[in-house]
Amino acid sequence: MTRISLSVNGVAHDAEVEPRTLLVYFLREQLGLTGTHVGCDTSSCGACTVLVDGRSVKSCTMLAAQADGAEITTVEGLAANGSWHPLQTAFHEQHGLQCGFCTPGMLMASVSLLAEDPDPTAEQIRHGLEGNLCRCTGYQNIVTAVLAAAEEMRSAPGGR
Amino acid sequence: MATAEKTATRYVGGGVLRKEDPTLLTGQGTFVESITVPGMLHAAFVRSPYGSAEITGVDTSAASAAPGVVAVFSGEDLADEWAAGLPMAWPVTDDIRIPDHWPVAKDTVRHVGEAVAVVVAGTRAQAADAAELVVVDYDERPAVVDIESARADGAPKVHEQYENNDSYTWTLTNGDVDAAFAKADVIVKERYTQPRLIPNAIEPRAVLVRPTPAASDYTVWSTTQIPHIAKVLFALTAGIPESKVRVIAPDVGGGFGSKLNIYAEEIACLVLARRLGAPIKWVAARSEDYVATIHGRDQIQHIELAADAEGKILGYRANIFANMGAYLQLVAPGVPLLGAFLFCGTYGGEAYHFECTGVFTNTTPTDAYRGAGRPEATFAIERAIDTLAREIGVDPAEIRRRNFLPKGEMVQSPGGLAFDSTDYEANLDRALEILDYDAVRAEQAARRSSGSSRLLGVGFSTYVEMCGLAPSQVLGSLNYGAGGWDAATVRMLPTGQAEVVTGTSPHGQGHVTAWSQIAADALGVPYEDVLVLHGDTQVAPHGMNTYGSRSLSVGGIAVHNACGRVVDKARRIAAHLLEVSPEDLEFEAGTFSVKGVPDRTKTIQEVAYAAWTAHALPEGEEPGLTAHHVFDPPNFTFPFGTHICVVEIDTETGEVEIVRYLAVDDCGNVVNPQIVDGQVHGGVAQGIAAALFEEASYAEDGTLETSSMLNYLVPSAAEMPAFELDRTVTPSNSNPMGVKGIGEAGTIASTPAVANAAIDALSHLGITDLEIPLTPLRVWSAIQDAKGGAT
Repeated sequence: MTRISLSVNGVAHDAEVEPRTLLVYFLREQLGLTGTHVGCDTSSCGACTVLVDGRSVKSCTMLAAQADGAEITTVEGLAANGSWHPLQTAFHEQHGLQCGFCTPGMLMASVSLLAEDPDPTAEQIRHGLEGNLCRCTGYQNIVTAVLAAAEEMRSAPGGR
Repeated sequence: MATAEKTATRYVGGGVLRKEDPTLLTGQGTFVESITVPGMLHAAFVRSPYGSAEITGVDTSAASAAPGVVAVFSGEDLADEWAAGLPMAWPVTDDIRIPDHWPVAKDTVRHVGEAVAVVVAGTRAQAADAAELVVVDYDERPAVVDIESARADGAPKVHEQYENNDSYTWTLTNGDVDAAFAKADVIVKERYTQPRLIPNAIEPRAVLVRPTPAASDYTVWSTTQIPHIAKVLFALTAGIPESKVRVIAPDVGGGFGSKLNIYAEEIACLVLARRLGAPIKWVAARSEDYVATIHGRDQIQHIELAADAEGKILGYRANIFANMGAYLQLVAPGVPLLGAFLFCGTYGGEAYHFECTGVFTNTTPTDAYRGAGRPEATFAIERAIDTLAREIGVDPAEIRRRNFLPKGEMVQSPGGLAFDSTDYEANLDRALEILDYDAVRAEQAARRSSGSSRLLGVGFSTYVEMCGLAPSQVLGSLNYGAGGWDAATVRMLPTGQAEVVTGTSPHGQGHVTAWSQIAADALGVPYEDVLVLHGDTQVAPHGMNTYGSRSLSVGGIAVHNACGRVVDKARRIAAHLLEVSPEDLEFEAGTFSVKGVPDRTKTIQEVAYAAWTAHALPEGEEPGLTAHHVFDPPNFTFPFGTHICVVEIDTETGEVEIVRYLAVDDCGNVVNPQIVDGQVHGGVAQGIAAALFEEASYAEDGTLETSSMLNYLVPSAAEMPAFELDRTVTPSNSNPMGVKGIGEAGTIASTPAVANAAIDALSHLGITDLEIPLTPLRVWSAIQDAKGGAT
């Protein structure tokens, strides 16, 4: 077993993990943060995307042991002070989700995308999210939602 | 209590935000993989690496000794646990061959991925580790994976007991087909292949079974579209009284037909829970899903059209071969039948003959995948009519116009069914107008004459589909094993909210939202005051579930009608309270008022409270304000529309790029425009994916070559175009709300629109056919061949 210390959604955790435990299973099974989903075993679908030190990472591609000392944000930590992140609101308003299984990963990848480029075009969003698969929406409303969130975040003073 | 302003709102047809979203957007969804119960053990399956083999030995000793392992079972060890094999509910002919299909194979495996043993351990990782230690000896046999090889003389037999690999042949004949062909001026004869597709709902399958040994009962959480049907079939297959099985479909992460089934792992976990007296959970790895969850499509189609010199179609022949895979899954034999009535599309004619043969192969079983039979049929007719247009020398829009069934109600199709409501020409006109068809053709001509390496093509699909399964009597005449009704219970709570209990089982379609809209309007209560309950056989005891674009036009109607019954009862109680007769009351926006005396009123919330206290009810009236309705529709619904795809083909790379995709659908009256648009987006995306990217392929020995998302291209946002959507509205007469299904229409319509566009782009080179998916290599090779083999 390996001992790790990390912060998840602002809460400090010390934990013992098997060396082979993937970050996603640590989050889901040891911390009970089941909002992060597992959709494949080839790091293709992106359902497990979380933020590691502010950057999006497919949490099935990383060992929990590698997250020692990191700051992790999962979908459960996306809302702040009781209010949704603009991306959550935009996905809701633009019908950017249907079954909702890919949604946590899609949201976290979008957070990272907008952190890198606060004013992307639709085409840039499509390419920026190509690591995240959705089988329900045909992506149209996801792209619309990210555009809407980007606009909201640019107009909100001191936005996220 | 509701405000008057809120209850005055009409929700159906308007934009409300989905009630499903808040939990899903915050990571609080309840998917099966996230459910844990105390004492839960984990199952892992050992699966066949061979397409066809005899099992000569299973050694479980090393696995049994592995850390955390509770038990290991071979198929032989579990043979006495099954009361029946995995169920098949659609024996389409009397002489259909239905092979035994055991959840864990006993002596023979017939496809890669078939379970041969199962390990139960304390953790998922322990179970997976121990599964690696089970030693299975196989005697490999020759396999057969494609339809034509399986039907060749001397082909290896998938099932030894049958004389060949055919499962059934089903036929349908309307009119004198030979006479129609005899008088034809033009005959179009085409052969199309429908690639095998892997559904790829993003949530892999999972099941958790919790037994209560002292009560001999079982709660099953499953990633299923069909909890009610599953309850019956779990009970029959595992030999448990139906009353002792509760099935819960919690949040389900997409289905597309792949979760419309009864799977080996569900039954295995059920019998393991019984045998071990402990909760058993199994969660598929994606790679397991690829071999152990149904695939879709995989047909070879021969279609012939007989037409007169003007291109008016006289007769149709369709001869279809459908790959069933190694066994018959739940409704697999019936999938081609769902297409059988649509090979004549939106067009007229005198006669039609259809014949379909289901064929066994050493592959993962196929079954219903989004559209189920109708995308295949629509592809064939929409491709063939383009060929007819080319042979006659008319525009593809014009050939369709010449052949459209007339506008009307209960319009008889040569396919054999009467379409509820039709208005095809107006729909096509709308699409052409939005497209600016003449401008696109002018651009196409300009590119051709300038020698551009980016050629333009326009493809049409003027489809109709049949959905909203369906009149129970019709399903019975097709030997389907269940009814086509659905049920709803609506109860007003004493404090004025409404609970709607539905038999549908959503997995992304937004039923909670849409049923709330329907109930809020029918009862005159605020949208926020409606709670929709579903997906648990103890909470919603009656249902036929969600598939075949049936939920709104059957289950939603049951909600609508049950609300009507609630209002009828409320009217009687309100009349009693107001001391008038029920006929003297008007009901609007949740308020009963006395005609001519508008200030004498009772709200439905006041009536609900009065019905609950039951202090002053009319003579003989039962307390409570609850009603149940079961809706069995008189007909299917037949949504239709025009999809137009504009592609650019790079002649130097063969890449096909969609530059415009226009969908003008007609699904009758619309309850929630945002949800309808979302269904079209997702449906079109899956159909485009079939046209451009997706194809499951098997090696000759039965190995699935496209074994993961790494080598089976599920498109991302980067591969998908933006869609342009519009609607016409031709209400259905199959139900009182005038609605039609829309869940599958996009998938049914889109594949041939893309293929037709690509062929149109290259038609001046003499290219008249391209197989799907339109991979760059395939398209580039066709261009090279057409140019005279300059490779």
